[in-house]
Amino acid sequence: MKLTPDLLHSTHDWNWLILIPLLPLFGVVLNTFIFRKAPEKFIGWFSSSTVLISFILSVLAFFQLKSLPIQNRSIDVTFLTWIQVGNLSIDWAVLLDPLSVVMMLIVTGVGGVIHIYSIGYMHGDPGFRKFFIFLNLFIFFMLWLVMGNSYPILFIGWEGVGLCSYLLIGFWYKDMAKASAGKKAFIVNRIGDWGFLLGMILLFVNFETLKFTELFSKVNTTYTPEITPTLTLITLLLFVGATGKSAQIPLYIWLPDAMAGPTPVSALIHAATMVTAGVYMVARSNLLFSLSPISMEVVATIGALTALFAATIGVRQWDIKKILAYSTVSQLGFMFLGVGVGAYETGIAHVMTHAFFKACLFLGSGAVIHSMEHAFHKAHVHYDPQDIRYMGGLRSKIPITYWTFLIATIAIAGIPGFSGFFSKDEILWKTFASGHIFLWVVATITAGITAFYMFRLVYLTFFGNFRGGVESEGHIQEVTPYMTFILILLAVLSVIGGYLAVPHALGGHFLIGEWLQPVLQDSRKLPSLAYYQEHHSLMLEFGLMGLSVIIAILGIYLASKYFNQKPQELTVLTQKPKGIMKILENKYWIDELYEFTIVQPIYKFSIFAWKVFDATGIDGFINSIGSLVVKIGEHLRKLQTGYLSNYALLMSIGILFTIAWLVFGK
Amino acid sequence: MIKIAFIILSLISIFSALMVISRKNPVASVLWLVFHFFGIAGLYVLLGAHFLAAVQIIVYAGAIMVLFLFVVMMLNLNLVNNEKRGKIIGKSIGAVVSGLVLVLFTYSIRTTKWNELFFNQVTDQEWGTAVKLGSLLFSNWLVPFQIVGILLFAAVIGVVALMKRKITRKVENGIVITQEEDVA
Amino acid sequence: MSEITIHHYIALSAIIFSIGVAGVLTRKNAIILFMSIELMLNSSNLALIAFASFMSNPVGQIFALFVIAVAAAEVGVGLAIIVTVYRNRNSINIDDVHLMKG
Repeated sequence: MKLTPDLLHSTHDWNWLILIPLLPLFGVVLNTFIFRKAPEKFIGWFSSSTVLISFILSVLAFFQLKSLPIQNRSIDVTFLTWIQVGNLSIDWAVLLDPLSVVMMLIVTGVGGVIHIYSIGYMHGDPGFRKFFIFLNLFIFFMLWLVMGNSYPILFIGWEGVGLCSYLLIGFWYKDMAKASAGKKAFIVNRIGDWGFLLGMILLFVNFETLKFTELFSKVNTTYTPEITPTLTLITLLLFVGATGKSAQIPLYIWLPDAMAGPTPVSALIHAATMVTAGVYMVARSNLLFSLSPISMEVVATIGALTALFAATIGVRQWDIKKILAYSTVSQLGFMFLGVGVGAYETGIAHVMTHAFFKACLFLGSGAVIHSMEHAFHKAHVHYDPQDIRYMGGLRSKIPITYWTFLIATIAIAGIPGFSGFFSKDEILWKTFASGHIFLWVVATITAGITAFYMFRLVYLTFFGNFRGGVESEGHIQEVTPYMTFILILLAVLSVIGGYLAVPHALGGHFLIGEWLQPVLQDSRKLPSLAYYQEHHSLMLEFGLMGLSVIIAILGIYLASKYFNQKPQELTVLTQKPKGIMKILENKYWIDELYEFTIVQPIYKFSIFAWKVFDATGIDGFINSIGSLVVKIGEHLRKLQTGYLSNYALLMSIGILFTIAWLVFGK
Repeated sequence: MIKIAFIILSLISIFSALMVISRKNPVASVLWLVFHFFGIAGLYVLLGAHFLAAVQIIVYAGAIMVLFLFVVMMLNLNLVNNEKRGKIIGKSIGAVVSGLVLVLFTYSIRTTKWNELFFNQVTDQEWGTAVKLGSLLFSNWLVPFQIVGILLFAAVIGVVALMKRKITRKVENGIVITQEEDVA
Repeated sequence: MSEITIHHYIALSAIIFSIGVAGVLTRKNAIILFMSIELMLNSSNLALIAFASFMSNPVGQIFALFVIAVAAAEVGVGLAIIVTVYRNRNSINIDDVHLMKG
């Protein structure tokens, strides 16, 4: 084909985009089939480099996109037609627009550094190669999730990352508890996926297309108030999918258990990328959500309640990773609160800042666990290396980990100047500005609780005296440079990442918000998001900002009051929990509630179906057919005399009848 | 002239066929079968299929029949032919069935309107020669021809495999003892 | 009988075929059984060539040639089987071989 000038600016020069998702797949294939005997370092660096090259290509895509005029920043590239049935056409195609490019950068960037971190963290594990294969496969699916140009492709990625999550949670599958944690994550996610699939089908039934660009322009042009109930149903179903994947009430229960996986997995999949897929999906479908105010209310309310709920549980947990897991659930709630009040760009901004500081926190906790494990192993004691009750005073022993962890904690607590402050405060402000005063109160309290439990974690882990025994104390040492380098990098990002999202009120430009405008412009014109046009006094905004800072500092103060104490005064560690603390330590008994109301009835019914319905009903039916055949066969076998003459005679008679039928049959 | 030849040849064929199935001694049957094949070959000549007539005599009357005779002689069947007599019922059922086959054939031949099917005896004297047949066989029918070759090859291998005997030799007290064992 | 036409040949073929069937159904000697089968094959060859001749179409001959080739292969394998059976059972009476009974 000749390249005519107008073709040059069409999709043809974008074909290289396919490389971005294919490179990690390339890593999967080579690591699976070719590098079976390759040394650890080689496998690790090879896998990491595929992701890093994808990152470089994503950066390239970002600048290419940036060079286009704003109204042209939506590139749809089709590589291959996959399914073509009637008027349903699903292609392997990507949509490159401001939203997807931001997600691509987060996925490949954070994914790349976590790959490198894993080279150090997984060193010596028998499943080293398997781990990197799964990690690369995850990046592959996650990239399809964020790059796909239609709901089905998004769904492929959605299911694929779910699969990888399952595989990686149960990575140490010989431990029964870890294997069941993987299963739990998968099954809970299935419930969400069921909703997503139904939503997708409803979309197709109503609008006959599933491609984002076509679908949204069709909805935008043909919108009439009559379709609002349909849209509400669709968006609620889609949101069911998001509650599963992004761990919101009522389907959040899998995420804390998912911490059974290796820590880099918790950082990458269960904090930075996969769990934010729900937020991405809502932001991607912003037009649909904006057109159905009821869904928006549901999303915002669920988000705020999840934030508060998970934060309160985090107050009384002892496992370092569980605390971070509840903190992730809580922060995801913030993101949903953001997108729920229509501040989609703020939600995405929080996805980004959260990816930085939560990845840093998780990798830091991984470094702590690694050191503790090492020390306990050397000292021959059998304490849980994840339990903060056995930590303390690590500040001086692993300083790099301490400082990076502290920076990320300050970021999540919402102290001005660090990234978490900008994005979280913008969410709070947008909540208030859109008139959701109650949700604003909930979210502000949650922000205080967040500061409290995060500093509780820091104090118990890094301050005071070491509580893991004298022998182990001498063995604590800093982790390998692979890991510390990544920690420093992420800590730096946790600080400066927020400057992409400085609100206008603080004299910033809210760069990420402006960047995302082309994706959101259709929603902006809708009445439900009219508050964007309203003018609010700067004084009010500053006041609220100051209030949330004060609350955060209050949380930190309380944490230091209770937990930054001399060892003998830390009675809280040994006391039996009473009252509300008992409820919190048992996570409101939600797992037990689900066990009792859902799991047990299903289990009982399954036993019934197995023993009564299957074993006697179906098996009985099948077996009786079998024995009937046996009985008939026992009589029929007498025809099989073994004498050739009999066969010849019968055959001749058969031929005779055949000829007779041919002759007389007509 | 052709009429007389046909009558004689067909009588030879039918008579020798009857002798084939009725002789007690297989050697006699084989010899009658050779006779039958010659009769059929003559009929082929009458029909103008000269090449096939030659093949019939060479392959059937020559090769296949020699094989039959060889096996019969080798097994020395005159002595072991213990064909049980007295199963009259079985034999009569067989006869009745074959008679019914003949009746059906006759009926269908008689009811078929051969004239309407527009048959005319061949005038082209060349159609049965080796040249004509060979050019067809090596052009349009090359692949089936090759496949028949493979089939014959497979048959050869099958026969060898069936007939193979395991020969073991061992020395005992200075005497070489040869043992033969059937594989199949 | 005025002229020799196609149905004379077909009738002859039918007669020989029936004789072959009778041989297969009445005899127990494996070798004679085999010869009866050869009779049937020959009768069908005769029919094929008769049709070919009366239609001036040489393809029938080709078919007959293939039948001869297949018959040759069949005789080879069949006789080998008979010899093997004879070796093992010292008999070629087909009623002595009924291991495959149900």
